[in-house]
Amino acid sequence: MVVNLCSILGIVNENRKLLSAKYIVEGISLMNDRCNGLGGGFAAYGLYPEYKDYYALHILLKDFELKDQIAEMLKDYVNIYKDEEIETRNVERISQDYIPWRFFVDVPERYTSDADNYIIDLAMKINNTGGALVISSGKNMGVFKAIGYPDEVARLYKLENYKAYMWLAHGRYPTNTRGWWGGAHPFSILDYSIVHNGEITSYGTNKRFLESYGYKCSYFTDSEVLAYLWDLLVRRHKLPIELASEVLAPPFWEQIERMPPEKRRIIEALRMTYGPAMVNGPFGIVIANGSGLTGTAGNGTMVGLSDRIKLRPLICARKNGTTFMASEESAIKAVCKNPDNVWAPHAGKPTVAMVNGDV
Amino acid sequence: MEMYSSVPEFRVDIDRQACRLCKRCIENCSFGALEWRDNKVKAFNDRCVACQRCVSMCPEDAIALRRTPSVMSAHPIWTENARRDVFTQSRTGAILLASTGNELHEQVIFDNLLLDACQVTNPAIDPLREPIELRTYIGRKPRFVELEELGDSLRLNTKLSPALKLEIPIMIAQMSYGAISVEAHEALARAAVMRGTTMGSGEGGLHKKLYPYADHIIVQVASGRFGVHPAYLEAGAAVEIKIGQGAKPGIGGHLPGTKITDEISETRMIPIGADAISPAPHHDIYSIEDLAQLVNALKEATRYKKPVLVKIAAVHNVAAICSGICRAGADAIVIDGFRAGTGATPKVIRDNVGIPVELALASVDQRLREEGIRNETSIIASGTIRNSGDVAKAIALGADAVKIGTAALIALGCTVCKRCYTGKCAWGIATQDPELRSRLDPVEGAQRVSNLLLAWSIELKEILGAAGINSIESLRGNRDRLRGYGLDHTTLEILGVQPAGS
Repeated sequence: MVVNLCSILGIVNENRKLLSAKYIVEGISLMNDRCNGLGGGFAAYGLYPEYKDYYALHILLKDFELKDQIAEMLKDYVNIYKDEEIETRNVERISQDYIPWRFFVDVPERYTSDADNYIIDLAMKINNTGGALVISSGKNMGVFKAIGYPDEVARLYKLENYKAYMWLAHGRYPTNTRGWWGGAHPFSILDYSIVHNGEITSYGTNKRFLESYGYKCSYFTDSEVLAYLWDLLVRRHKLPIELASEVLAPPFWEQIERMPPEKRRIIEALRMTYGPAMVNGPFGIVIANGSGLTGTAGNGTMVGLSDRIKLRPLICARKNGTTFMASEESAIKAVCKNPDNVWAPHAGKPTVAMVNGDV
Repeated sequence: MEMYSSVPEFRVDIDRQACRLCKRCIENCSFGALEWRDNKVKAFNDRCVACQRCVSMCPEDAIALRRTPSVMSAHPIWTENARRDVFTQSRTGAILLASTGNELHEQVIFDNLLLDACQVTNPAIDPLREPIELRTYIGRKPRFVELEELGDSLRLNTKLSPALKLEIPIMIAQMSYGAISVEAHEALARAAVMRGTTMGSGEGGLHKKLYPYADHIIVQVASGRFGVHPAYLEAGAAVEIKIGQGAKPGIGGHLPGTKITDEISETRMIPIGADAISPAPHHDIYSIEDLAQLVNALKEATRYKKPVLVKIAAVHNVAAICSGICRAGADAIVIDGFRAGTGATPKVIRDNVGIPVELALASVDQRLREEGIRNETSIIASGTIRNSGDVAKAIALGADAVKIGTAALIALGCTVCKRCYTGKCAWGIATQDPELRSRLDPVEGAQRVSNLLLAWSIELKEILGAAGINSIESLRGNRDRLRGYGLDHTTLEILGVQPAGS
């Protein structure tokens, strides 16, 4: 058996029909041979409709005492509307290294004009305290992750209790850092979550590029930069999804030279400006973006993308308004027997599934 | 009192049986080390510089050069060189002149840096099967790209600064016409055109012959302002202000009047036979704000169509200086390390002033990033680039591109005999003597330099492919793909590189 690195799966319903966790868990579990039990995780969108105006901070706490300390810290920066432990059950193979907690918060009025950046800064501050990790910080969404196979992580977090219109899942086979809860995917910042299969050979370049824009990488793993790059390009620099994808997986210069002049000028400008944001090495990624943020391209989308020479697999399928993106077709077929359409996206070209309607 | 200083460094051994007395060696020796005496070739060992010209020209392979066995008693501190220098100066009362680069410090940090490759978790990329890109743009980059939606199409609202487009991240350094021959200049310019890169005019202006290649030439403006006129600025691909060079930081230049031939006189715009003196500082740049004014003046003069580069020697405070240069509007900064070569420099300066380019480069790149202005200027590293491994390591430390000087001259035939300052270069490179110059064929020389650049490009692609990278921009500043081996903790910290094994 060839053991590849990691498994990824994304499922989204364009009509915001809420799907139970059953499908995503079954699909990702089918690819357990792609991971080794050292990390599994999920992102779910549409989780907290009654708190949809609040940033939902999912925070992993090293111990219970930290909870009060973090709550105190949060009070200095934001208004806490509600907080509670994220319910878990004992799972034999998972050691409870962290206590997951959720806080629903909003930003004090004088900071609301720049609330999203304010929340990012806050998340990075908390990550730097040691012992506490903000694993997601968007609205009406959340990330659940731990060390274990994905199905074990699903049982740990009692995912059967949640419904979402958009799901991401990841099974990890760590190659560049040890297995730890923080290193499990998805990586998430604000409303963006990302699952990644691959190894980024340009990590050092990407990380140092991001640092000059104020991002701090604190998860000791290459995949983290993808979430920040997407945030920088799509939310802060307002690039359309197609062009943000062309930054991560740019066309070759030879291809650029054959483009029509206006397009060529744009792509050249992107490559020259965002050269250090190019993601090199093999990758297949699925990026989910909720709709909690204002004025941002790509609200309510799921994007699948591979590296520009497609060194990692990515397969997409559609059935009745639901789109699937996965490492393997078998994972899709496990939960959707007869899709209307199955296709392998071209190397470096994004597949975009849009979600209709308002939040 | 001629003692040690007259002990010749080299000995010319002539195989008398093989020698057929053709005298070709005598014709070829530009240093007068071989003469015709008593119907045979006689060697004057004290004049030999071991340039290898006679060896390579002898049709019978009858000549061998040897290092003279030491006749002095050994001393670890008072090396032969140290003693030789003292004797020479006690005879002449003058500055010791030297050519090429620093000879005192043998450690090259590049040699203690190791590159990374992919195994298992990540596929290496085979450059014979997959494209690997080396294209590099030198110049100021915007911090973000702004697009505007116009119906179905997008409009680019960000105006890009002029940039140099290089097909390979290796440029040919600034070497002046005067220091080297017009044939050497032409060979380098042709090679730059052939490989899609640039060469530097140096500070001596641009010979008429070179204008057809000027879109691949970076024209230099140095403290002497030799040969600077509107057409010169207009012709170049970019303009480079030379503040200093690694082989002689803080030191000016002096081309003796005897070398100012009519062609050099015309190109440099100075009288025939007059010494060409480059002052140590630019006398219109005594501060950073003066530099900003010159940068802007040159941009204005070239209608904002050409990037303006600033070259400095790597000195102790290089990071702060480069921050200032970047803010003065330079589109690229050339950092010339303390091992950089030259035609002539005081030996004491060459060997003792400045810092290694690896450290300078690393600290400048880091400093500009910390200040959030790294995108506003490109960094070009020079002084010690000997092979494609050095190129890759410099880029991984943070350079956008590198420049090569000595390596390009070696490709033209230079054997590093270190006598450039004598003007007697037997290979027709560092000389203005018409007979010696005729030994260098610019077309053949260009092919050799082009071959060198091609070979390094192929090797760079192999290095990138092994590291699982298919475009040079993903190696740039990627210090994660370097490890230090045999370097101390502080050096590693400055380089921003982990020790091997970690």
